[in-house]
Amino acid sequence: MEMMAIAAARRIRDDDIVFCGTGLPLVAAMTAKKTYAPHCTVFFETGSLDPSLPEIPLAVSDPRVIHGASHASGLADAFGFMQNRRFGPRVLGILSGAQIDSYGNLNSTCIGDYRKPTTRLPGSGGACDVASFVGRTMIFMKHEPRRFVKRVDYITSPGWVRGWDSRTSTGLLEGGPETVVTTLGVMRFHEKTKEMFLSEYYEFTNPIEVLSNTDFGIEVSDAQAEPPPTQEELHTLRTEVDPLRLILGNDV
Amino acid sequence: MALAHEIIRQGIDRLHIVMHSGGQALDLLIGAGLVELVEIAYGANGRFASTCTRFRKAAENGSIKVEDYSNYQMTLRFMAGAMGVPFLPTFSSLGTDILERWGFDHELRTQHPSLPKMKLVVTDDPFSSVGGPLVLVPAVNPDVCLLHAQKASAEGTVRVEGLTFADAEQARASRAVIVTCEDVVPDEELRKEPWHNTIPSVLVDAVIHQPYGAHPTACYLHYDYDDRHLLEYDKIAADDLAFKEYLTKYVLSPGSFNDYLGILGNDRLGKLRASPGFGFHRRDVA
Repeated sequence: MEMMAIAAARRIRDDDIVFCGTGLPLVAAMTAKKTYAPHCTVFFETGSLDPSLPEIPLAVSDPRVIHGASHASGLADAFGFMQNRRFGPRVLGILSGAQIDSYGNLNSTCIGDYRKPTTRLPGSGGACDVASFVGRTMIFMKHEPRRFVKRVDYITSPGWVRGWDSRTSTGLLEGGPETVVTTLGVMRFHEKTKEMFLSEYYEFTNPIEVLSNTDFGIEVSDAQAEPPPTQEELHTLRTEVDPLRLILGNDV
Repeated sequence: MALAHEIIRQGIDRLHIVMHSGGQALDLLIGAGLVELVEIAYGANGRFASTCTRFRKAAENGSIKVEDYSNYQMTLRFMAGAMGVPFLPTFSSLGTDILERWGFDHELRTQHPSLPKMKLVVTDDPFSSVGGPLVLVPAVNPDVCLLHAQKASAEGTVRVEGLTFADAEQARASRAVIVTCEDVVPDEELRKEPWHNTIPSVLVDAVIHQPYGAHPTACYLHYDYDDRHLLEYDKIAADDLAFKEYLTKYVLSPGSFNDYLGILGNDRLGKLRASPGFGFHRRDVA
């Protein structure tokens, strides 16, 4: 968990407008703000833009998301902001899901048949909207074979759809998944085919482990080692962002 | 929450719920067996429930029928309803199963005249020379809109101080609006700064003074989430019998929401009060 948050924080740019859900994505964004990207703007689908975040919120409707914000509005404004071509391309959306395929399409709706699901999941929330609108998305996943599948049971949020230029030809706005930060490493997508490949693995993982935990063929030959967390990064994460370990839990 | 409790006490059933994101109140109504149809984008409660438990169980065993939209689509549906137009366009959901798969089939849609004939429709942009697909989302006009606000007057002027979600659109789309509020304030006070008001009095049918009306969820500037209650609930909701006991103890046996609050006690509720200068209760980082 800590490595995922830090690997994600390193990939947030100083001029990004970061769209956040709660949980680990928010931990990553708050860590980025206190380290590499102090000027990045955090915003929530509930319409709170650039809050001061003295404490970590536990839901997007948590009163904490509004404190010290530059603006607070509603859903229509927040999603319109991302669909708008002036701001949308500047937004980095952080998403997650129960299943992902090799093109970064995400499922957060159901496992099994849609009308008779074996497991019902929460549903899109704003995830589909964000994935449809923003310039880049970063996806958080637990890296397990049942989650990295050839076909997701339900496409909730569009990634590169069926690869190549299929995203643009479906009529979706310019954008798409950039990175997938997992428990085993950081994946990216091939420039042309839009297929997922392993870009970096952590010091405690290796490319073979990624292969055996991915249910589709994944290229791992060009993968590099991700530098381990620095003392400074860990200090920020543990003492400033989530001192009560509400999100990080006891997992180191 | 207070209104959800009252619906359960009155046993108003065969409900058709239309929401963007549902949490604790949705879960109670479904768990009480009062819900038939749900059109929704999200059924979860942050860290307290990654998917609302009674919602999940009911969707899995088929006791409710669910139609999935995205949050923006649901917002546009209320907005279209509020504007009096039959649909609004968006680019959201192209290339997804939100577009392809329907929870409500044509037959069900014919049986329920309140449902739109189609879930979503893809059309070409008629204004652009290059065209390109857009998704049309159907308007929705609910019979009743239930809201909780920080302030309202007896005359019905409503001020939401905090996140407004799609409250304004939902109220304007609905045929009736019932509001519970933390504080009833004189109408003159709200009219001094009308630009801060969320819903005008002409739209509101009833105002109920109900402090702690959102418990165990949070109300900005007033009180925070009741973490303990929600975490306990998450365990309780997983067990059918325990859930029934919860409903009896906290919803059905108390005669009113104030009686429910009485079970919890002032001491506990007091500990949830928002800290001065903050809209929430500061966590103890000792």
